[in-house]
Amino acid sequence: MNGAHDLGGMHGFGPIDPEPNEPVFHAEWEERCFATTLAAGFLGRWNIDMSRFARERMPPVEYLQTGYYEHWLHGLETLLVERGLVSAEELASGRAAGPAEPGLRKLGADQVLSVIFKGGKARVHEDVPAKLAPGDRVRVRNHHPYGHTRAPRYVRGHVGTIDRDHGVFVFPDTHAVDGQKKPQHVYAVRFEARELWGPQGGRRDAVYLDLWDDYLDPA
Amino acid sequence: MSEHDHHHDHDHDHPRLTDAELRVRALESLLVEKGLVDRPALDALIDLYETKVGPRNGAQVVARAWIDPAYKAWLLRDATAAIAEMGFRGRQGEDMVALENTPGVHNMVVCTLCSCYPWTVLGLPPVWYKSAPYRSRAVIEPRAVLAEFGVVLPEETEVRVWDSTAELRYLVLPMRPEGTAGMDVEQLAELVTRDSMIGTGVARRPGDAS
Repeated sequence: MNGAHDLGGMHGFGPIDPEPNEPVFHAEWEERCFATTLAAGFLGRWNIDMSRFARERMPPVEYLQTGYYEHWLHGLETLLVERGLVSAEELASGRAAGPAEPGLRKLGADQVLSVIFKGGKARVHEDVPAKLAPGDRVRVRNHHPYGHTRAPRYVRGHVGTIDRDHGVFVFPDTHAVDGQKKPQHVYAVRFEARELWGPQGGRRDAVYLDLWDDYLDPA
Repeated sequence: MSEHDHHHDHDHDHPRLTDAELRVRALESLLVEKGLVDRPALDALIDLYETKVGPRNGAQVVARAWIDPAYKAWLLRDATAAIAEMGFRGRQGEDMVALENTPGVHNMVVCTLCSCYPWTVLGLPPVWYKSAPYRSRAVIEPRAVLAEFGVVLPEETEVRVWDSTAELRYLVLPMRPEGTAGMDVEQLAELVTRDSMIGTGVARRPGDAS
């Protein structure tokens, strides 16, 4: 979706402003939001693409006025209600109206290290043919889906060159809807800075994006 | 833009909880009451990312690559395996790519769409990496962004910005600083900053302030 999250190339946000000796979390609620989001994710009712899409659907004005963990909080509340783990009434009151549905297995403290070190692979070990190969010239499809996508606006319609084939991965656009993996190749695609930004791009500079077969056509 | 900007209009003796604080507290207790999350598990997750998983992991990878050419070659060929061999693997580092900075090519990493970041080697991202200024500007004016970090590159150096749009996670291998001959892996790791592994900084030289 063409949401406020798609920030690449926008102007007006000001300087970067790094914080010296920055702590990992800036407030207790950030820690709790972070951990609750991860723990709820292990219930298995949504995947990472659904999580990202839930954050992206935050109204654009609100998205730009809030920080990272507020985006996470919005996403978590959205998914919990959409997936039926809590009701909107429970969320509003903060009180459980009844027990959770049976069969859900909550993450235990003794499982934390193993699930984190295991990770969640988006790579798919299936023999899917590649449409493209390193060196190929490609154009990113000019598409504007209402749903989740990982082709940012600033690269759509532009021509680049396949730098490398990363192998076969889950396709986020379908995975975010119903978990359909639609496995396909992901490539690092090189775009010359001047292709993207015109004469203000650096003469020798380039931007690389990881893009799926379904986003690309031979150019 | 930050959570600290809200609710400055209170006139109480004690600070009022922000909307986000109240919502997170209510949500956590609701989920605990319903048996969906376990408080000790939350504490363990926080402790893991506050005290164990952080940029010291990546610094060990970089320092080893600086002194061990075979390891460096492996890291550049198969970063996931080479990094896992150091014990760093899992969430948000499932598929790693290492990018070597040289006098001719400077790599830097951003995630314009969210804030993808290689947690296994760098921990959780700093606020600036997640915020609109960096996410908007890194791709369109990387040299201006680098200058704000004190990195000014020669015109001939090619700047490559990697926008992490998929599930590959990027670790920049910064150039080994001069004056480090004979240093061991622990001494070298001290010179590897978080920003040098994002590509918004360079490694410290011996004797530079930390």
